[in-house]
Amino acid sequence: MNAPNAPAATIDRDRQRALARALRTVLPGRGLLYREEDTRPYECDALTLHRRLPMLVALPETAEQLRRVLRICHERGVPVVPRGAGTGLSGGCTPLPDGVLLSTAKLNRVLRVDPLARTATVEPGVRNLAISEAAAPHGLHYAPDPSSQIACTIAGNVAENAGGVHCLKYGLTVHNVLRVRGLTMDGEAVEFGSEALDSPGLDLLALVIGSEGMLAVITEVTVKLLPTPQFARCAMASFGDVVTAGHAVAAIIGAGLIPAGLEMMDQSATRMVEPFVHAGYDLDAAAILLVEADGTPEEVAEQIAQVTAVLRRAGATRVAVSASEAERLRFWAGRKAAFPSAGRVSPAYYCMDGTIPRKRLGEMLLAIQEMEHTYGLRCPNVFHAGDGNLHPLILFDDNDPEQVARAEAFGVEILELSVALGGTITGEHGVGLEKITQMCAQFTPQELDCLRAVKRAFDPSGLLNPDKVIPSLHRCAEYGRMKVVGGKLPFPELERF
Amino acid sequence: MDATLRELQQHITEAMHAGTPLLIRAGGSKDFYGNAGAGELLDPRAHAGIVAYEPTELVVTARAGTPLAELEAVLAASGQMLAFEPPQFGATATVGGCVAAGLSGPRRAAAGALRDFVLGATLLSGRAEVLAFGGTVMKNVAGYDVSRLLAGSLGVLGVILEVSLKVVPKPTQEASVRFALDETAALRRLNEWGAQPLPISATAWQGTGTPGAGILHLRLSGAPKAIEAACARLGGERLDDRSAAALWRGLREHTDPYFATDQPLWRLGLPSTAAPVNLGGAQLIEWGGAQRWLRTEAPAREIRARAQALGGHATLFRGGEREDGAFTPLTAPVAAIHRRLKAAFDPAGILNPGRLYPDL
Repeated sequence: MNAPNAPAATIDRDRQRALARALRTVLPGRGLLYREEDTRPYECDALTLHRRLPMLVALPETAEQLRRVLRICHERGVPVVPRGAGTGLSGGCTPLPDGVLLSTAKLNRVLRVDPLARTATVEPGVRNLAISEAAAPHGLHYAPDPSSQIACTIAGNVAENAGGVHCLKYGLTVHNVLRVRGLTMDGEAVEFGSEALDSPGLDLLALVIGSEGMLAVITEVTVKLLPTPQFARCAMASFGDVVTAGHAVAAIIGAGLIPAGLEMMDQSATRMVEPFVHAGYDLDAAAILLVEADGTPEEVAEQIAQVTAVLRRAGATRVAVSASEAERLRFWAGRKAAFPSAGRVSPAYYCMDGTIPRKRLGEMLLAIQEMEHTYGLRCPNVFHAGDGNLHPLILFDDNDPEQVARAEAFGVEILELSVALGGTITGEHGVGLEKITQMCAQFTPQELDCLRAVKRAFDPSGLLNPDKVIPSLHRCAEYGRMKVVGGKLPFPELERF
Repeated sequence: MDATLRELQQHITEAMHAGTPLLIRAGGSKDFYGNAGAGELLDPRAHAGIVAYEPTELVVTARAGTPLAELEAVLAASGQMLAFEPPQFGATATVGGCVAAGLSGPRRAAAGALRDFVLGATLLSGRAEVLAFGGTVMKNVAGYDVSRLLAGSLGVLGVILEVSLKVVPKPTQEASVRFALDETAALRRLNEWGAQPLPISATAWQGTGTPGAGILHLRLSGAPKAIEAACARLGGERLDDRSAAALWRGLREHTDPYFATDQPLWRLGLPSTAAPVNLGGAQLIEWGGAQRWLRTEAPAREIRARAQALGGHATLFRGGEREDGAFTPLTAPVAAIHRRLKAAFDPAGILNPGRLYPDL
């Protein structure tokens, strides 16, 4: 949502030609793209507000080609931006005009599914859903299920520590990946984690997961597979106001229940999706909760009875429980259609990703309603309520620069409020370029220095996805806002330096 | 900033300027673990207390010096627990030491490791800077996950000041069953059961002395109906609640007779499907086959080579000679990353030098 960390503005054609000649020895045919009509599709990820053309696009088909591409780039000091399927929402794989966009999409083989060990070993470009499909014959699945799971790749999931609607019970990518093999920027093979449950030394696997392609390029991932639940049912509860709905979420957790899914939609969101999917949502409710139980039929029956009782006590005006698998899927259809519906009712939408303590959900929703008036833009809300992870969808017209500016300012205010409420600017979409400025509000200059040093420990050359996630101190000074230790004031205006 | 923190910060500042190595040690309950530490004592225990705990948020934030027993008692009073069942190894264990050692107990294979539950941490670096990463929310991808990196770091990156841990509700019911099974059959069954929707929360196989023969224990945790259904399906001999509790506590705290030994104790982390280790010596297998304890005088090199051949690694956990180091050596590129991380957090090399690896 801000100017990027000042990359070179245009592509130097002489450098492009020289580098293309070197990479041609490694990448034949369509493995190397340089004409503008070929590189144009790589100019952005799903955050289309940031677009830049890469100098070259490299599409290796083997890990060895990938290694040689890195060696060549490293020797010549050429920056490299890794990319999976490009479904990311924060500009994490926005290319550089003086760099190579390195796609791992063609390395897309499932190498091994081990039903006894309950693991799958796959190449980086394997799609998230393809892992579960490969495991399905064994009654197993890969648990993290980001909404883009049909298209997004495992390497992108690792880079972003992707979540999904089931992570309250089954965890994020970091909880479901055993081992990552990759290459550092200089082409050295590295392995983080193992097929055992731990490995010696510092937990570098935890650092690499969620590192947004800045520490290593992934060549292989081994994931944990879980038994596919036999059965699931979903309770749908209506609430007369958003604050009561927020408290109901806390009441479920407080009762010792960990549902498989716990999602909230406000009225603006249910009214937006209902015409498209006919999910049967209560359109008079200020907010609805979807609460899913999974497991054996006995477990599900027990948990649904408990959940229903808690929801009623917490002030639900209506509770419906899915009576069939078709009905359960219909309840979810609306939630899953939220982003596409936003795209149909509005020329563009801007999806935010702040995460806050659950108890502040109601407060946040009321604040967003105020902001809708302030900025004159609509903002339906869907949430991974169980995790406190918000996805406000700011609707705007991207052909109107003035509306774009208002949408961005609206987004900034939501992110800053997330930090002020004790949360974070991003729960699962990553910082990328989009939220780089807001990192200044979440971290002190010393903490940002430390993140920079972590980057250097993996990539001393600083060539791997160099301008993402960590803002320069100069940028923070321009932004004029810094993290306040102790967090007494929500938006302190500190002196510049 | 409170006085205890200021003192710790001053201590590190002085040590940094003088190049004095510091031995970070709280309760000393895990002194035996890792490579021997040396240096001027830095005891963070004065920095103690539970900072925030709201059961409905499933998060507790505690200062490093908080006794682990106190934290667990507070959680238990609200019907919650640390899912990874950290061993305390003595009444003096602290929250900071627990995170720095990074050890998980019997529930690890089912629930996750300590690192899986670290949501945020504040540390005092070797530059005497107070740095906070992560937070108290379930999902957070702002910046690298430095807080999880501290789990098992044995103090080489910084003094842990405060951690936020995800907590979980205690299971409503538990039951334990036992089976007479030899090692190969037990490993096979454990992996097969792992692929089924069974509420197994802990497993332990121990040899009976006769080669190959042994007893497999399972603990089931969850909703009463699920436990009853699983017991009916699995069969086996049911343990009474008191002996079951004693068994799992003994395995968690190493007070089980298996651990009462003067022999070196090795911990092998292996893929759960790895073949029997076959190195001789008494064996105890936990975590569905992924953690194998071995009491043996066999040479370190032989044990590590076998662990590596099986796809894992071996730690000299307790006793024995440490000239080959407590932990399996790292590959050259990964060791280089370790050294650069150490230099970033602790440029003077004063924090627990040598405790994890000789050059860290």
